[in-house]
Amino acid sequence: MNDSISTVPAHKRNRGKLSEERLGGWRQAKDTIANVTITAGGMAVLFAILLIFFYLLYEIVPLFKSASLNKQSSYSLQTSGSPGAKPLYLAMEEQAEMALQVDDYGLFQFFDAATGDAVMQQQLAVGGRVNAFAFDSEQSPLMAFATGGDVLIAKPGYKISYPNDKRLITPEVEFPYQQDMLTVAGGKIDKLALRDNEEQLLIVASVGNSLQGLRLVKEEDFLSEEIVLVEERLTLPIPTISVDWLMIGPDQRWLYVVSADGEYEVISLRDETIIDSGRFLSQGKVTTIRFLLGGISLMVADDSGQVQQWFMVRRDQQTPQLKPIRNFRAQASTGSIALLAIEHRRKGFITVDENNQLALFHSTSGRQLLSQSIGALSQLAIAPRANALLTQNDDGQFHYWQLHNDHPEISWSALWHKVWYESYTEPDYIWQSSASNNDFEAKYSFAPLAFGTLKAAFYAMIIATPLAICGAIYTAYFMTPGIRRKVKPLIELMEALPTVILGFLAGLWLAPFFERNLPGVFSIFLMMPVGVLIFAYCWSRLPAAIRLRVPDGWHAVLLVPVVIFVVWASVASSGQLELWFFNGDMRSWLTHDMGISFDQRNALVVGVAMGFAVVPTIFSIAEDAIFSVPKSLSYGSLALGATSWQTLVGVVIPTASPGIFSALMIGMGRAVGETMIVLMATGNTPVMDVNIFEGMRTLAANIAVEIGETEVDSSHFRVLFLAAFVLFLFTFIVNTIAEIVRQRLRRKYGSL
Amino acid sequence: MALVKDSKSSFPQWVRSGEPFIWVNAAAVTISMVAVVSLLILLAVRGFGHFWPANVMQSSYQLPSEASQIIIGEIVETESVPVDQIISAGFDVPRDLPFIERSLIKQGNRDVTGADFSWVIANFVGEHSYPVDVMAIERREWGNFYGYLTSVKQAGETIEGLNDQQLWDDLQQRISRVLVLHGDIEEIEKGDIGAINYQLERLRLQRRGLELDENINAAESAVAYADIAAQEAQFNQQYSVLQKQLALLYERINRDSIIATTGAGVEVDIQLAAVVHAYRPNSMGVVEKTIAYVVKFWEFLSDDPREANTEGGIFPAIFGTVMMVLLMAVMVTPFGVMAAVYLREYAKQGVMTRIVRIAVNNLAGVPSIVYGVFGLGFFIYFLGGEIDQLFFKPALPAPTFGTPGLLWASLTLALLTLPVVIVATEEGLSRIPMALREGSLALGATKAETLWRVVIPMASPAMMTGLILAVARAAGEVAPLMLVGVVKLAPSLPLDANYPYMHLDQKFMHLGFHIYDVGFQSPNVEAARPLVYATALLLVVIIALLNFSAVALRNHLREKYKSLEM
Repeated sequence: MNDSISTVPAHKRNRGKLSEERLGGWRQAKDTIANVTITAGGMAVLFAILLIFFYLLYEIVPLFKSASLNKQSSYSLQTSGSPGAKPLYLAMEEQAEMALQVDDYGLFQFFDAATGDAVMQQQLAVGGRVNAFAFDSEQSPLMAFATGGDVLIAKPGYKISYPNDKRLITPEVEFPYQQDMLTVAGGKIDKLALRDNEEQLLIVASVGNSLQGLRLVKEEDFLSEEIVLVEERLTLPIPTISVDWLMIGPDQRWLYVVSADGEYEVISLRDETIIDSGRFLSQGKVTTIRFLLGGISLMVADDSGQVQQWFMVRRDQQTPQLKPIRNFRAQASTGSIALLAIEHRRKGFITVDENNQLALFHSTSGRQLLSQSIGALSQLAIAPRANALLTQNDDGQFHYWQLHNDHPEISWSALWHKVWYESYTEPDYIWQSSASNNDFEAKYSFAPLAFGTLKAAFYAMIIATPLAICGAIYTAYFMTPGIRRKVKPLIELMEALPTVILGFLAGLWLAPFFERNLPGVFSIFLMMPVGVLIFAYCWSRLPAAIRLRVPDGWHAVLLVPVVIFVVWASVASSGQLELWFFNGDMRSWLTHDMGISFDQRNALVVGVAMGFAVVPTIFSIAEDAIFSVPKSLSYGSLALGATSWQTLVGVVIPTASPGIFSALMIGMGRAVGETMIVLMATGNTPVMDVNIFEGMRTLAANIAVEIGETEVDSSHFRVLFLAAFVLFLFTFIVNTIAEIVRQRLRRKYGSL
Repeated sequence: MALVKDSKSSFPQWVRSGEPFIWVNAAAVTISMVAVVSLLILLAVRGFGHFWPANVMQSSYQLPSEASQIIIGEIVETESVPVDQIISAGFDVPRDLPFIERSLIKQGNRDVTGADFSWVIANFVGEHSYPVDVMAIERREWGNFYGYLTSVKQAGETIEGLNDQQLWDDLQQRISRVLVLHGDIEEIEKGDIGAINYQLERLRLQRRGLELDENINAAESAVAYADIAAQEAQFNQQYSVLQKQLALLYERINRDSIIATTGAGVEVDIQLAAVVHAYRPNSMGVVEKTIAYVVKFWEFLSDDPREANTEGGIFPAIFGTVMMVLLMAVMVTPFGVMAAVYLREYAKQGVMTRIVRIAVNNLAGVPSIVYGVFGLGFFIYFLGGEIDQLFFKPALPAPTFGTPGLLWASLTLALLTLPVVIVATEEGLSRIPMALREGSLALGATKAETLWRVVIPMASPAMMTGLILAVARAAGEVAPLMLVGVVKLAPSLPLDANYPYMHLDQKFMHLGFHIYDVGFQSPNVEAARPLVYATALLLVVIIALLNFSAVALRNHLREKYKSLEM
């Protein structure tokens, strides 16, 4: 084109060249664009893969974060109380906006928690200095003030209104029982305890060493439908120890009497007798005692810096006894514990020792979430939502703190170790993520779920491994190519079968079928190899003329009628077997004679259904591995006189064994993560039992069942993400090992 | 010949030859094959059988020490049970035979008897008969009715002077009339009123948007408010017109009713408005039954579900599955292909690409529920929450995209099936001989041109294979969908006549989830079971077809390049 002899005018030639150059430029640009786009696209995909990993991590990291505490403001309160009045009680309301201090002259002072501005105050008519004080619990702060032998009962209340779309909290003092004082004891009350519930209010007071109990039973007058209080006196036994603390459990069954030396006595309020006694401490002094949320656990703080958790345990129909459950000791702290504060919504608590070290714990997880030096405190209050702290120093100065402590209930030991949950007789692995009541102790043990996962996978592998590996060996090594070409797509179809269909068949068809024909099912497992071998032997006895008519590699086809016959015969004889061996009903024989509990949707059903789902996965990989063993190897062996079986066992299988191993690993990974089959074919009860006739709950099914009902970003939500992460990691590691083994094998074959 | 004789000589020698082990291995293949085939047969028999109008049996049934009763119904299944189990269930039966037969009867009439199905013990059942005038009615509520037609009523007045056949023909005519009316009502309620409600909701959101908008001045907003109010008034007026039409239609559809008698002699008044079909199965010939079968099967494919999904059709589930899968395919194909092309054609082959390949491969093995969890957390709560904050503020606190829906389900499944597409495409790319690329490059083509003109067209069957396998996998996947957008009953389809026509934020129904939900969460499992089998069969057929076409495509591809490699 650029030939100089050309007659094309120069400017035209130039233009042609130019356009070509331009075109070339455009082509280059296109090439670059393609390069950039494809690289970006490829990178984006790889990024997406990483994103899954990091997002799951991002969701679960907060579970293991420590708490943090930041000071927001400090102020001192303008007190107008009586001179020398001492504070008895400090608390904040729900929003942590308003605080309440009650002093020992019965003065209620409501003030802004962040600034200390006074909001409202009210003096109770207690008639002087209070000689004993008690309150019900952090969640329902019903208070009792005793002067002499008389008691006044009052309670703070907060009314919330929204004038001009802004929240306004109006505090008040309520008197749910009566405005004036109740006479509880004859003398001056030393210690006081009270507990309120829907049916009755119970007040127990000690005068010296004698206990006085007063019960106010709420009865509905059936004419006016008004609540009428009926007074009942209790006759309580006299404790043998000095009464320094009195505590009543929330169901008003037990009264705990504790002495400063660490002795305790438990009095049953129903029988009005002492049912248990002992010591919290062998030496030292108890400094303070509180109930944990729910009123089941007693938290006993002592002068060595230790907090012990005790609760009543009832073993084998015996009388319940107080048992030590856990010990908490702040790291690097030996000082006596001065303050103990309890969280309102969770099983957490805060201690402050004499060295002014604040420590934050959670009882179930046994975690210490925070340790911070905080200054000499005289009072401490936790906000109901556990998002703020209000402290008062010895010098009267108040400090308002922000607290971040989102997921204290999760720790390694809470997830994987045995935990002694409240009201249980011993430590156990329990998964129970929610309940109807608010003071519920969430039980997040992964152990039963992991166990269930492995149990399901185990039974599935027991069924799938022999079928898949033997099938792969036969298909790859003995089967004629014509049949092999038909078998492989069928197996691939089996792999593509949606697991929801397998699960549905397992749950609605297989499970009742197994239940009805249990002996038949077991006889299938037993009779199948026997039947096949008998047929094989008979076949070898047949005259050669008949045998040689069937080409080699047709064994599988010949066996079709045998397999069908064995299954049919086993199922048909099931009822008869049941009559002969199991008194006509194997199920009731199992439960009554053998003591094995039987669920209709059990591990056997899951094993068969999931085995069925895993067979094609294992089969196709193992078959590939065996089939791609170089033919020269097996020909060599056969040429040396080995039979084809000897060749298989001695040459082919050892060569292909890494491939078979990786097939099993990948099959295992699939069984572990399978959701729908276990969801539909088991009862989904998180029990730990190897019994083949019981169900289980797997990690995957647990996620599917529970994640729809959790609150976003709650501990439960994140724990389910953790379960997903565990599954992700497990399968990723298993598959990576399998994949590396397989790639290595491929390279080895390449060199052969 | 000698060898054959040898092997026949003795049992120990037979064992030593390895022959028995080969047989055992062969048995493993046989068992797997028999299991797959019988599973498919089971699904086919139960799934297809459901639509056949079975004969209705009538018989007397007398339990000892109870009055005899007439039962009418379809025999669903019969089994023999050891006599002890029957006795322990509280029946007084003679012990002389070890087994007793019992049958599950679909007796319908749930409004009368309280249960659709009951087990009867064969010992107490009298002679079976199949009277030709037994009638089966398929109803919109309370399930099927079995019994006899007594009379037909129009506006409360009994129609007189017709013989049995005329009465039956009259009934059929009245049912056709009612079905037409029912269709009209559906159209108004779902179509027209649905559209008005949709528009009203849009207007409400517009008004809320105006309220939230701080930059708008008073004059403008007043105009906008007036406009909205005018439109609302218009829609409300349309609505009241439709309401009047509806009232008229309801009056007409409720005109007719019938009196029917159950086997036990109870007279039941059945509104024709609630009737879908009435037929006399015992008098129908094979041809009539086949026609009825085809009609019912078509209804199954094209109708909406009824009675908590236990009856009627599965059209919304089919539609939802198809929509979701199509969207997923649109998202997964470009990215999957790009990643594969990058890995095979652009990235420098080395340790890094090997690691990436292993990771991609493994991703295929990550449990699907993990993708579901990721989709829920990342797509819905994180991305969806952000999108709502940015674009759908007027609708808050009701989430638009911050809640499970079609888009997020498709995206989650696209991620799930990405490895399938990547692996298949890479496999296709690796089969294209290097010589072809080199030839193209040698002729002066750029890399992009080579890719676009030579490599991609040749690899396209492989990409199709990957895509088909991905679609097959996505169609059958349920666990992640439960978290990211599937519901048991969606009020409307994700694609309709209301702007913007495609509602990516909507929840949808899905065949796989339908199986799970109807089979396991439904209050009347026995009644729902045949439908679940049919749905499962449909799903299997779809997936099998997809898979076989993928296999065929792959084989075709291999054949094609075999000749190239020569």
